[in-house]
Amino acid sequence: MDFSYTETQDMIRETLSRFLADTYDFDSRGKMIASATGRDAGIWKALAQDLGMLGASFSEEHGGLGGGHLENALIMEELGKVIAIEPYLQTVVLGGGALKAVGGAIADAVIPEIIGGNVVIAFAYAEPQGRYNLANLRTTAKKDGAGYVLNGHKGVVYAAPWASHLLVTARTGGSGSEAAGVSLFLIDANLPGIVRRDYPTVDGFQASEVYFENVAIPGDALLGGDGAGLPLIEQIVDEATVAVCAEACGVTFKLHQGTLDYARQRNQFGQPISRFQVLQHRMVDMFMEVEQSKSMTTMATLKLDLPAAERMAAVSACKAKVSRAAKFVGQNAIQTHGGIGITQELAIGHYFKRATMIEGQFGSADHHYDRFEKLTLAA
Amino acid sequence: MQLEFSPEEIAFQQEVRSFIAENYPQNLRSVQDEGHDLSKEDFLSWHRILAKKGWIAPAWPVEYGGTGWTATQRFIWSEELAAADCVGTMPFGLSMVGPVIYTFGTPEQKARFLPGILSGDDWWCQGYSEPGSGSDLASLRTKAVRDGDHYIVNGQKTWTTMAQHADWGFFLVRTDPDAKQQEGISFLLIDMKSPGVTVRPIITLGGEHEVNEVWLEDVRVPVDQRIYEENKGWTCAKFLLAHERTGIAAVARSKRGVEKIKQIARTEMDGDKPLLANAFFKRKISELEIDLTALEFTELRSLAGEAAGKGPGPESSLLKIKGSEIQQRITELALEAVGHYGAPYFRGFGEGDNEHPIGPDYAHRAAPTYFNTRKTTIYGGSNEIQRNIIAKMVLGI
Repeated sequence: MDFSYTETQDMIRETLSRFLADTYDFDSRGKMIASATGRDAGIWKALAQDLGMLGASFSEEHGGLGGGHLENALIMEELGKVIAIEPYLQTVVLGGGALKAVGGAIADAVIPEIIGGNVVIAFAYAEPQGRYNLANLRTTAKKDGAGYVLNGHKGVVYAAPWASHLLVTARTGGSGSEAAGVSLFLIDANLPGIVRRDYPTVDGFQASEVYFENVAIPGDALLGGDGAGLPLIEQIVDEATVAVCAEACGVTFKLHQGTLDYARQRNQFGQPISRFQVLQHRMVDMFMEVEQSKSMTTMATLKLDLPAAERMAAVSACKAKVSRAAKFVGQNAIQTHGGIGITQELAIGHYFKRATMIEGQFGSADHHYDRFEKLTLAA
Repeated sequence: MQLEFSPEEIAFQQEVRSFIAENYPQNLRSVQDEGHDLSKEDFLSWHRILAKKGWIAPAWPVEYGGTGWTATQRFIWSEELAAADCVGTMPFGLSMVGPVIYTFGTPEQKARFLPGILSGDDWWCQGYSEPGSGSDLASLRTKAVRDGDHYIVNGQKTWTTMAQHADWGFFLVRTDPDAKQQEGISFLLIDMKSPGVTVRPIITLGGEHEVNEVWLEDVRVPVDQRIYEENKGWTCAKFLLAHERTGIAAVARSKRGVEKIKQIARTEMDGDKPLLANAFFKRKISELEIDLTALEFTELRSLAGEAAGKGPGPESSLLKIKGSEIQQRITELALEAVGHYGAPYFRGFGEGDNEHPIGPDYAHRAAPTYFNTRKTTIYGGSNEIQRNIIAKMVLGI
């Protein structure tokens, strides 16, 4: 058992932290979001080409640094500290994770392009009726000669407006929420028949409703077995869930720090409000939630390669705790700031918005308590 | 970073497990299983076995009798002790005054007191709280006045755990009445058999005799039983409190406690289903279990920091707060789980009733344990005081 980071991991964190401090201050972030594309694509290129950051979690054979889940976690935590809107989660964690898992020609072709910053992947999995059930799919991919024809509607696909590729879940067989018949595809985002309705999200990203209307996709777009994709999807979503928890660690850390800073300089009743014990204890409770989030994220990151049932229980324990922590820290950051906290003027509110979206991303606390109980608390 | 144990660590785990299986006293096991109070001899029987093996003080430096184990080995050790339901060793010597003596004591004091702590020949108690000084510990009024080679000590201590068994006590006393509160305090070791020391029981809600009042009337204490400098006792007190707090997380024992509740909830029926099938009860267990995992990994991260050279610092207050809350929730759920049979007062059972006990065995102590465990958020610095410590020392507000 060992809880120390390697020198390379420390270096990744320091390099990224310095880069983001220079490029991702609050004003610059605001300008990116307000721009025509809603992002600064140059940052993604710099992360890839100047810093080599997009290769941190890939093998050396693919041109990466040979890392894995821990590297993803620490990168996501740093991105969380500046509430970055980079599509790292979708492209590297989800897309890259699926490609690493299946390997073969498609992995050899696409992973180097991810590392080079030439690819943005969006994960089109959620459907309006499906909530957090990954198998509840109405999108269909019907076998058609060597390929498939895709039809359906995917909701709130983060990063879709920026994407070169879509990672899509669809039914090649079965129905309802059956495990059998679920498949995963990686397709070109600009194929004929893909229709997008783009919009900004409340936490500063861009997303789309994506409609597939008789989209012809090649057979080699299939990742894993035809109709046997659910375990792979569950695996990459678990990896992404932990990555989002790592992001939450960065977000809630800054919510807490920002609250401490504000409480020290805000005077009421003739003294800084940080002197009031009722607020001190609240800020201590926030601190404890941030620390426990880090602990749970470390735990789950280290358990991602365990057998599926153990992995899922660990990930759900982590997300259940982190979702509640994100809510607690976010709400109390705003309350401690008072009125100024609910304006667009201060960064704190923007951190709160991201923390709030993280609460539900890949499943709310309730969803994950349920999954944890099904796996570990049979009567 | 990795969670797996190395082959050496797995071998160590096996060694520890076999040692416990082969050496844990059988009569002590039956006393525990039947739910009786443990006597001084019960506690000491296991203590002496560990002392003989050299495993009584894993946290101590090797030169003073520690084992030289890594943080992981210590983690394995506490897991195995808890999994086998071993009684705990008394913390007052091993976790509290021992570290103070080897850190602040003179060579003579170390030679005189450490062997008795390790062997179990000296049973220690802690003289901190006073009737007027609880959370505001530094306001303590027990005074020690110098008289040649002795101090004359007068005052009253309270909540003194297991003082009825104690050979020695470590006491905070005021040696300079004019100094600012924390600056006039000294740390004295007092022989509990000294003339003028009186121990009186305090009976707590479950009917147990665990804590006491200790009266000190003109007790003569040799000056060479003062640890560290005169009027610098607060330094020792703070050091000791930080040590006390880490042990207080009690992760391994709480894990065992959660397993026991699950077992009860599988046995107890709620209508025609086991209690564990009740969604509300189940959610309380999963919340508890997940919070305990968060505590466990927070402790592991903190131990890793300690191994890297940082001693237990103010962040150990977090472990105390969360650890004590979890201990309480375990007892709360256990009492809830046993339903009606939380009510019978097991100390009130008549002699002959032992053959036909009322209610299931696991119910007998549920209520008294729940009542007793309210202490965990109060002792060792109440959880509110711990929040003050984090606010000041960690957050800087």
